[in-house]
Amino acid sequence: MVDFDPKIIAFCCDQSGYPSLDMANSLRLNFPKNVEIVRVPCGGRIEAHHLLRALETGADGVILFICYEENCQFLRGNLRVKGRILYLHKILEKIGIEKERIEVCYLATNNGVKLIEALNRKAEELKRLGPNPCK
Amino acid sequence: MIKAEQKPIDEILRSIDPYNKILLSGCGACVTVCHAGGEKEVGLLASALRMARKKIGKPLEVLEATAPRQCEPEFALEFSEMIEKVEAVVSLACGVGVQTLVRHFPKMPIFPGVNTTFLGETITHGLWEERCQACGNCILDKTGGICPISRCAKQLLNGPCGGSSKGKCEIKKEADCAWQLIYDRLNALGQLHKLEEIIPAKRWGVESRDSGLRRIIREDLKI
Amino acid sequence: MKAGSNLEKILSKGLFAVTGELGPPKGNDVSVVKRKADLLRGYVDAVNITDNQTAIVRMSSIATSTLLLQMGIEPVMQMTTRDRNRIAIQSDIFGATALGIKNILCLTGDHHTFGNQVDSKNVHDIDSIQLIDCVKTMRDQGTLMGGEEKIEGKIELFIGAAENPFADPFEFRVIRLAKKIKAGVDFIQTQCIYDMKRFKEWMKMVRDRGLHEKVHILAGVTPLKSGGMARYMAKNVSGIIIPEEIIDRIVKAKKPAEEGIKLCVEQIQELKEIEGIHGVHIMAIEWEQMVSQITEMAGLLPRPKIE
Repeated sequence: MVDFDPKIIAFCCDQSGYPSLDMANSLRLNFPKNVEIVRVPCGGRIEAHHLLRALETGADGVILFICYEENCQFLRGNLRVKGRILYLHKILEKIGIEKERIEVCYLATNNGVKLIEALNRKAEELKRLGPNPCK
Repeated sequence: MIKAEQKPIDEILRSIDPYNKILLSGCGACVTVCHAGGEKEVGLLASALRMARKKIGKPLEVLEATAPRQCEPEFALEFSEMIEKVEAVVSLACGVGVQTLVRHFPKMPIFPGVNTTFLGETITHGLWEERCQACGNCILDKTGGICPISRCAKQLLNGPCGGSSKGKCEIKKEADCAWQLIYDRLNALGQLHKLEEIIPAKRWGVESRDSGLRRIIREDLKI
Repeated sequence: MKAGSNLEKILSKGLFAVTGELGPPKGNDVSVVKRKADLLRGYVDAVNITDNQTAIVRMSSIATSTLLLQMGIEPVMQMTTRDRNRIAIQSDIFGATALGIKNILCLTGDHHTFGNQVDSKNVHDIDSIQLIDCVKTMRDQGTLMGGEEKIEGKIELFIGAAENPFADPFEFRVIRLAKKIKAGVDFIQTQCIYDMKRFKEWMKMVRDRGLHEKVHILAGVTPLKSGGMARYMAKNVSGIIIPEEIIDRIVKAKKPAEEGIKLCVEQIQELKEIEGIHGVHIMAIEWEQMVSQITEMAGLLPRPKIE
């Protein structure tokens, strides 16, 4: 296992990810090092090529913090991105990248603790997988 | 519109194997609608190709550009500047778009990035079905607007075969029997008598796809 | 007389006709043809020769029909539109009639994806109704399709077609039969019958339009060998309906094969009574040896000899 601080890009949607992030900050919970936040109005705004670009340009892993299936304020935004992730995982397989490098985590507005736990778990997982071979 | 599906990535990688700098060209028309070759697909595929090549230590530079329609000479020519800088092009346009580029850039290797599959209708987002085979002489007036050439597996013109069962085609359970659809539609329109008329054999070799390269010439439009 | 075939003569004399069926070998083994022909000789008036049935490559119908003629049996050459364009079709009709074939059955043909050469290009240049029209034009006008090119010689064929009262849409089946008659068909063989009720309904619709007087209809029967066969056919073969009571009867019988034959004979006797039925077409596929027993038990023997 290589010792490094994996670069994680966390996409946070305005309805769940971002408020949870705020809460985690207020509670002074410990973030893993090397996390970059990208704020989006809704998970549905995230396109597959945004995520792959993230991996291409230096991220070791990408995690999406978006709303549970029935909770999307824009009705189906989170379903749209779910489909894109499915497609993206197939591409990752074809080019030999572990699909764990792109993950979706469903949250509600007040899941600050869950968010931090997910980030830490991701960092550990990426340490085990090693740095992104394609960056 | 024309429907297409992206070719498998390994097939595309094989065709560009000898090259280190390519243009990935998308098209804003048909292939955008069926999510095979539009701007987003160009972005995604470009990253995927670069990453795959980086992984094997053979870096690939990919320029990205999308034309409103690749099958139009003036839009194809908009790629001129970029094409001068690359060794090959992978076009995500349909077969027509690819060949338009070929005609305008005769010295540039141009590879198809999608398989053009059929002329079809969007049933819902994510489901497209064949509707037309460009047979050259439309008979939709005789069949209540349902095409037996593209939707009947045997291209029958005078009613269903003996394999039509419960409205489905004998060769694909998911496929509706076109002649059941035609019957139901003409019935709903009160035009069943149209089915009693014998439709004569199609003139494949004269007005259809077996007549050789097809063209339309309009002298009045040539400026 | 349109062709003067044995089948035509029997039907025009108002006698009840009996036809059989023979599937050619998946190769050029003539002994297979001889064996099957020997099992049918004398028990039927004519024998249908299938044309690459279920799109499985077999010895051509025209070649097998010719072998049958050489063996002293009258063939009904089946011709599908699936594999041949109109050039090949008309060319084959020239050849078939030159070799002495006098009956033709015009069919669409099972889709090529059912067979053993699924990569092939589907032809279907014309459909079965256009084929009937084509043969009629060749015979009665002495020209090729299109009415322009004169034929050297006379084409004499008794034209048949198939009809399936058990396919959907049910209401359309009679319209399709009417179209075939309009196109010029002389006789019809139906798909094998098990649902007698539905068949009688269809025959009523046929009679209501007066079609039974314009074409000879031969009712199709296929003896069931076993409960397994019955279930398989009911489930997997499009366009065949087998009522539960019949499947039950075969499944529960002590000797299913015998019961199957008994049922077939009963069916023939019932069909003989239906107004508009002029004969029966026995399709005992891979069970040709039972045709002698079936025709005997059904009281159809001896077959009439007409000069």
